[in-house]
Amino acid sequence: MIIHTKEPVLEVHDLTVSYSRKPVLWGIDFTLPAGCVAGIMGPNGAGKSTLLKSIMGLIPPSSGYVKLFNRPLEDVRHRVSYVPQRESVDWDFPVSVLDVVLMGRYGKVGLLRSTGRRDREIALECLEKVGMQAYTKRQISQLSGGQQQRVFLARALAQEADFYFMDEPFAGVDAATEQTIVGLLRDMAAAGKTVVVVHHDLQSAREYFDWIILLNMHLVAAGPVTEAFTDEKIQRAYGGKLSLLSQVGHVMEKRAFPSREN
Amino acid sequence: MDMQALLDFFSFADPNVRYVVLGNVLLSASAAMVGAFTLLQKKALVGDAVSHAVLPGVCAAFLFSGSKSIALMLIGAFATGWLALVAIDYITAQSKIKKDAAIGLVLSVFFGVGMVMMTNIQQSGNAAQSGLDHFIFGKAATLIGSDLLIFAILSLVLLVTVSLFFKAFVVLSFDRAYAQALGYPVRRLDLLLTSLTVLAVVTGITAVGVVLMAAMLVTPAAAARYWTDNIRRMVAIAAAFGAFAGVAGAYISYAAPAMPTGPWMVVVSSLIAFGSFFFAPKKGIVPRQYMQWKNRRVITDENTLKMFYHLGERNSHFGTARELKELINSREVAEPLLRATLRRLVAKGMLERHANGWRLTDEGYRKAARVVRLHRLWELYLARYMDIAADHVHDDAETIEHIITPEIEQELEHQLGYPDKDPHDTRIPKGGAL
Amino acid sequence: MIIAFWIILTGALVAVTCGMLGCFLILRKMSMVGDAISHAVLPGIVIAFLLSGSRDTLPMLLGAGATGLIATFLIEYFHRRANLQTDASIGVTFTFLFAVGIILISGFAGEIDLDLDCVLYGEIAYVPIDLWVTADGTVMGPRPVYILSAVLLIVALFIKLGYKELQLTSFDPAFASALGISTALWHYLLMAAVSLTTVSSFESVGAILVIAFLIGPPATAYLMTHDLKQMLAITAVLGIFIAFTGYWLAYWLNASIAGCMAAVTGLCFTAAFLSLRRIPKPSPTASEEPIG
Repeated sequence: MIIHTKEPVLEVHDLTVSYSRKPVLWGIDFTLPAGCVAGIMGPNGAGKSTLLKSIMGLIPPSSGYVKLFNRPLEDVRHRVSYVPQRESVDWDFPVSVLDVVLMGRYGKVGLLRSTGRRDREIALECLEKVGMQAYTKRQISQLSGGQQQRVFLARALAQEADFYFMDEPFAGVDAATEQTIVGLLRDMAAAGKTVVVVHHDLQSAREYFDWIILLNMHLVAAGPVTEAFTDEKIQRAYGGKLSLLSQVGHVMEKRAFPSREN
Repeated sequence: MDMQALLDFFSFADPNVRYVVLGNVLLSASAAMVGAFTLLQKKALVGDAVSHAVLPGVCAAFLFSGSKSIALMLIGAFATGWLALVAIDYITAQSKIKKDAAIGLVLSVFFGVGMVMMTNIQQSGNAAQSGLDHFIFGKAATLIGSDLLIFAILSLVLLVTVSLFFKAFVVLSFDRAYAQALGYPVRRLDLLLTSLTVLAVVTGITAVGVVLMAAMLVTPAAAARYWTDNIRRMVAIAAAFGAFAGVAGAYISYAAPAMPTGPWMVVVSSLIAFGSFFFAPKKGIVPRQYMQWKNRRVITDENTLKMFYHLGERNSHFGTARELKELINSREVAEPLLRATLRRLVAKGMLERHANGWRLTDEGYRKAARVVRLHRLWELYLARYMDIAADHVHDDAETIEHIITPEIEQELEHQLGYPDKDPHDTRIPKGGAL
Repeated sequence: MIIAFWIILTGALVAVTCGMLGCFLILRKMSMVGDAISHAVLPGIVIAFLLSGSRDTLPMLLGAGATGLIATFLIEYFHRRANLQTDASIGVTFTFLFAVGIILISGFAGEIDLDLDCVLYGEIAYVPIDLWVTADGTVMGPRPVYILSAVLLIVALFIKLGYKELQLTSFDPAFASALGISTALWHYLLMAAVSLTTVSSFESVGAILVIAFLIGPPATAYLMTHDLKQMLAITAVLGIFIAFTGYWLAYWLNASIAGCMAAVTGLCFTAAFLSLRRIPKPSPTASEEPIG
């Protein structure tokens, strides 16, 4: 079941994504309205992170396309922010909390220029929003998991974007951080920004999100929580993979099959 | 190639040739064997650090004994090589330094210390030091009978130990956690494999030299990886590649005495490796490209047959001959490509050439019907099981129709309950003749 | 004394240039690519020598730069197209190129006055006599010093201008790509800078000291600080210190200068490692504080 929206800020059209020719996402097709907090849900290996990375242009799709604000990503990059998984970076890297948040300004600053006082002020404001103002100078390896996630969030905020994609921001964080982040997401949505979050926990999903994208290699459901997040849909998403999809994917990988004729 | 040299060489009449060949084969085969495990453990570059790190040991042994005793030097080499590995592990375990930096650091510092000792020996004017240089770039031709005995013993030790612990090493390289769960003494096995790596390097340095010895561990193993997924075979193939490189290196420096053996061994095994990367069946670059090219041809063939089917569907007459223009109009396709495809399909017996165009043969019809059938089955599957709207299913089915195997087809039909109509309400063709 | 000055200056120039690039290499976990390039330039140097028949700097730099880039390209190519694991790709590629270099030297021994040993150790002791004499006969000082100074300037400028991008693509490539910063472009720019540095340093200090300078001072600085800019600064200071101490150690021991500099690099690292190892890393949970 896919409920489309009239004036979408995100349009994912028939997106198929493959790893070494094996499709891991099949024909994903959905839209999102502005000002919503959307959760991408699904079992392990359902392709949740892959979907996010593909929307962000980090993994090229084998077919289909993505439009943000009715434009291709390249045109609106400055309006889009991405929060990778916390484990994806080396936290021993010699930078401070403030340095990391300042990275959010790099897109605005442009090539060959360095960040200025204004950028610093914005970064400090963002740190305050996530309750990390006391840790400005702290080296990032000395932070707890929850604090690391807050820093990543502050970096995303510093981008001053209209659209936020977050890959598992609640993974391995303490309850207090989780509440802080949820509060922030609500505030952002209220300010007309759109947030897409990859999430694991079925219990909290109904409370956190107002739009749900249920995945398991294919799109099981997409729409407002009340309609798309029913027990029946959850059962379908979590009730195991479609064995035919896996079989076909396996053949495509083995035979190095292209996903399009040309 | 000089035929006489070739004959002389392979008659093995010259005892020197015998020694060198035997020594080379033993050392490169055993190094390749151990190398297969280090490669699978993603420690390919550790060998580089170890081989550079043996230099101070060799020099220390020389300084200590004042003579060029092979046995002592090997012991010295083993000691510092082993120390280097321990240092790498210790640095990575005790600090935030990552493995690559630890390897590079240990490699250059140990070698630097060796250089200091080496210049010191050279300046002391000891006449016996002349052979010391050979440890750096290698010179297999200097192997003599008594040395060979030592190398033969070392290689044998390597060979026997690897075969004794083969199963344990396989589990260890494949899945450490699992090995631990099985109750294998993982740490001691690690230590053993580490020691074997050092031993393999030490065995090879006189012939290949410290700078290039790493290659004899990595290169044959990397090449072997492309020929099999079976670890036993991989180790055997690596050893065979190594041995071949050993013989080739010995021959080249026999035929052209100015040529160094070690570097040639490395070049020969590198060429084997490059050959494997490009041409190994299934995993090589070229066979994979070829398969893709073939896939593309299958797709164009099947799509062309499908055109005939679709045209036939319009007037329920599949046997009508079609003109080129009609075909081009029904589907956007470049004329030269279409002509070539038609010719190929005629050759395959799928089409017949007629005065006014081409028509499907019985076999062609069956094939076309099958492709269309798979297309429509897949569309139905997408619509029914993946909640994809009927107007979105066509593109995906366009590719999948070409790869569905008979088993998947059966499963598909079964899951869909042997349907007659696709989501667009068109008939799904069954088998049968024209 | 003037000889000592030129040698130390040469060593320091190489150490600072290599070290600053090395900082980014070790942070990207790509140290061994530096090792690979420093070995892979050998055949380029030999071929350039054979073609030009001289030891002029320009052909040498071109030849070495070409094989250095070929090495980075091959490593990437085998990794991407043939799915070869990265470490094996590095190991196979650079040993092959280095072996080809040695074979070329052995094969053309008569026509080439390249010493095999100098490939590894370099000839830093001869730097003071490799003079740059202008057309009117003025002696301007050792040639390598000018070349290395120019390279240092280029590298320093590159890091200064691209600091932001180098930092971000090293720390979080996914985020960098999401911002529209090309990780591939900065990867190749960094590799080109490493090639240029390696190639110009190679003749003076040899392959081994290049690796030691690429990795040793940055690794030591990495242990000493939590700040990238400080890490770069400490690396530069350490490089100068190592060049100075290494030279006098070699003078005192009457041994290889490059070897002594590498050994001092090792000593510096060991000292930092031993003195900093005991400071326990604050455990992440212990530093958890209530949320404001």
